[in-house]
Amino acid sequence: MKKEFRESIGRAVGNTTLTGALGKFSEAYKVNRAKAYEGIDFEELRSVIAERKSHAASNLELVAATFAKNSEALGAKVFRTNDPEKVKEYILKVAQDNGVKSVVKSKSMATEEIHLNAFLEKAGISVGETDLGEWIVQLAGQKPSHMVMPAIHMTKEEVAELFSKEVDERLENDIPRLVKVARRELRSKFLKADMGISGANIAVAETGSIVLVTNEGNARLVTTLPRIHVALVGIEKLVEKFDDVVPILTALPRSATAQLLTSYVSIITGPTPTTDGSLKELHIILMDNRRSEMANDPKFKQALQCIRCGSCLNVCPIFRLVGGHVFGSIYTGGIGTILTAWFEELQNSEDIQGLCIQCGNCKEICPGKLDIPEMIMEIRRRLVMEKGQTLAQKAIFGIVNNRKLFHGMLRAASVAGTPFRSGGFIRHLPLFLSDLTDGRSLPAIVEEPFRDRFRRIQQPKCAEKAAFFAGCLIDFAYPEMGEALIGILNKAGIQVVFPQDQTCCGAPARYSGAYEVAAKNAADNIQALLREEVDYVVSACPTCTVALAHEFGDTLESLGQSEWLPQAKKLAAKTVDFSSLVKRLVDDGRLTLKEGRKLGAITYHDSCHLKRTLRAADQPRELLRKAGFEVKEMFECDMCCGMGGSYSLKLPEISAPILQRKLQNIKDTEAPIVAMDCPGCVMQIRGGFDQDTADVKVKHTVELLAEQVEQGR
Amino acid sequence: MYEQFKARAEGVGAEVHRFKDKGAALDFILPFLQKEGVAEAHGFHAVWADCPFLKGLDPKSLAEVAGLRFEVSRDAATGSRIGITQAEWALADTGTLVQDQTAVEQRLASSLTDIHIALVPTSGILPDKVALLTRINPRTSRYIAFITGPSRTADIERVLTIGVHGPERLIIVCVDEMGEVA
Repeated sequence: MKKEFRESIGRAVGNTTLTGALGKFSEAYKVNRAKAYEGIDFEELRSVIAERKSHAASNLELVAATFAKNSEALGAKVFRTNDPEKVKEYILKVAQDNGVKSVVKSKSMATEEIHLNAFLEKAGISVGETDLGEWIVQLAGQKPSHMVMPAIHMTKEEVAELFSKEVDERLENDIPRLVKVARRELRSKFLKADMGISGANIAVAETGSIVLVTNEGNARLVTTLPRIHVALVGIEKLVEKFDDVVPILTALPRSATAQLLTSYVSIITGPTPTTDGSLKELHIILMDNRRSEMANDPKFKQALQCIRCGSCLNVCPIFRLVGGHVFGSIYTGGIGTILTAWFEELQNSEDIQGLCIQCGNCKEICPGKLDIPEMIMEIRRRLVMEKGQTLAQKAIFGIVNNRKLFHGMLRAASVAGTPFRSGGFIRHLPLFLSDLTDGRSLPAIVEEPFRDRFRRIQQPKCAEKAAFFAGCLIDFAYPEMGEALIGILNKAGIQVVFPQDQTCCGAPARYSGAYEVAAKNAADNIQALLREEVDYVVSACPTCTVALAHEFGDTLESLGQSEWLPQAKKLAAKTVDFSSLVKRLVDDGRLTLKEGRKLGAITYHDSCHLKRTLRAADQPRELLRKAGFEVKEMFECDMCCGMGGSYSLKLPEISAPILQRKLQNIKDTEAPIVAMDCPGCVMQIRGGFDQDTADVKVKHTVELLAEQVEQGR
Repeated sequence: MYEQFKARAEGVGAEVHRFKDKGAALDFILPFLQKEGVAEAHGFHAVWADCPFLKGLDPKSLAEVAGLRFEVSRDAATGSRIGITQAEWALADTGTLVQDQTAVEQRLASSLTDIHIALVPTSGILPDKVALLTRINPRTSRYIAFITGPSRTADIERVLTIGVHGPERLIIVCVDEMGEVA
């Protein structure tokens, strides 16, 4: 990680204006977005959008040619190029041929992608951004910090300061007054501009139309007042049919700003009359800049389904902490990481891809059905393929790849950690490791791991068998969770076996892009877990469960290793997470929960993988309720706790504030216990409460249910 | 459907009125112009872009309104406080007006002025965009404008502020009978 990048994160997290504005916005956004989508079947809608956009991406050549033909037939001039330099030259030539001195622009990310403003200004042409946020950012000489709200990082005081300088008059910090000043100043620019430059939100091949979506009304003036209109369109904006406009216009404003529709939508088809009675000169530039290449890449083709609403930024626990500037490029957030890797180069995404904690929030709300976390994982994988692992990674995964050595070191850590331990926690670590225990204690490695304790556990004779996959945390930090699980399953008539050859689930390696290591972990675990015939493979760690049930096959497949694929599928079919299994056993009458208990209030934290990959949000809640707990929901119960496996080690400066927010939301419920199904979340949140004054017990659901479960009748 | 349209349009800050015929609509519009200070002075004019509503109206009934112009040039619109246009359609589900604004006068009158009065036949209110699609044709209507409430921004501290580049007020006048004034 580059030093400047690390510093930019520090600056962003420390900028209370930025984090305050983004934090408040993201909290309100969730509620407002849901309201805007009332009465609409979002899954259905986004399936239609994904299908239409994907269809266009599969036929880019054809839709682009059709668009050009239909638009030119009406008198527009269409220029298509892959090369950003050619775009700039073309626009400059149009400007020079027509004696253009000043240009007004409505918001266009494509022009920012190619740094058009600087290029035109160097040639002596004045360029004015007219979107209020963009104008503010332009006056400040900065870059937009958010795709939809470019100046969200600035206060009204800062804006007043900027405007005062611009109009040479002392202005007050009154927002409506400031907006009036902008209206007045920009109105004169609109009226004297010779050329208007816009982007396009949609381009329709069937009719040769471009669609512009705005709230301020600047696009209407940009496309009406100057005698020349240049529209720069990324070819991912193309759709085949005029009908395709409807689903996109239904989703875009709702997802972007939680509006049913923006104030203005303009559908422009060919040149229109200008104010002097002649026809406008309309140039439409279809810019590729590697988009066709993306369309031909099976892993990244889906990125062209993006409608640029920015909702992935609005729900991202990281983005609301750091904002857009740390991304260093025009496109920000999760989608920005992907676009930067392509529009610039893969290397430019090396640091920023690490910002993704893989919580999956963005995937849930994306109206284009993009799997952004998956694409970021693919970037990681390709970076590792291109550059190899870092030395530190190599050292760590070299150990993880050798189970005996790995487990031997974990045992040794139990002894080595002794000087820093107190009450089951490591509270402080020396020097360069101290960030890891800043705001959070780490669990001490137990002296006797689960794998050793297991041998002493007496189990009754049972009709069914389950193999228990402990995962590193339960094995070496929380063995009592494994013991509780065995007790519960035994009551349902299931004997638990513990294959001693099981090793790390491979998630840490996979999430770091080290697929070779993850594949070795996968093969080792498949062999260990399927050696003995069992009815279930159960894990009390959602990340491990996801690895076993969803990722082993994918990891092996992406490396072309087919040897263990059939067994990977067999293992996946048997794998189940703890709460889902117990819920099933209760529903089948094989387990009951002691009746009539009043166990008091509890709040529940949804772990990312459990809720968004395994889809098990209701099961643990229902079990806890049945046991006699009163579940009091916390605010943002399904927001990531900031653990993210090794994320909290790599980026503690981001992980820590995310944890603080989670702790606050838990405390606000006033419940004395917080339950969750992931030992990683337990480690993060328990560690947080160890350094907090509040007395909240942090428990895995398995621990809470152990005392409440009885054999079914 | 009118009720839903009205509720949605008002929800985004438009002002919605309904009249049985053109006469009643005029009885609202003309005093409104006066109340808003429309006069023969730059900055205080009103422009009324050519539209079906004006067809068949007695020219004399409008000729005496001070400051009201029917020639919509760039300068006339820039110097006007109020612009009047007629939309063909409205969408009930989003409170949106839809107008073919290929003629530049329609765009000038509805984008450069402070107040936009939009006439729309009540019968032009459609349920949604899907219903609209079969009724518009981009090949013949080169500039189709959707207008939903006044111009807005939240670019400074996320505070919703009305009237950035477009009109700060949108007055929607629904007319049930667009026929000749009785």
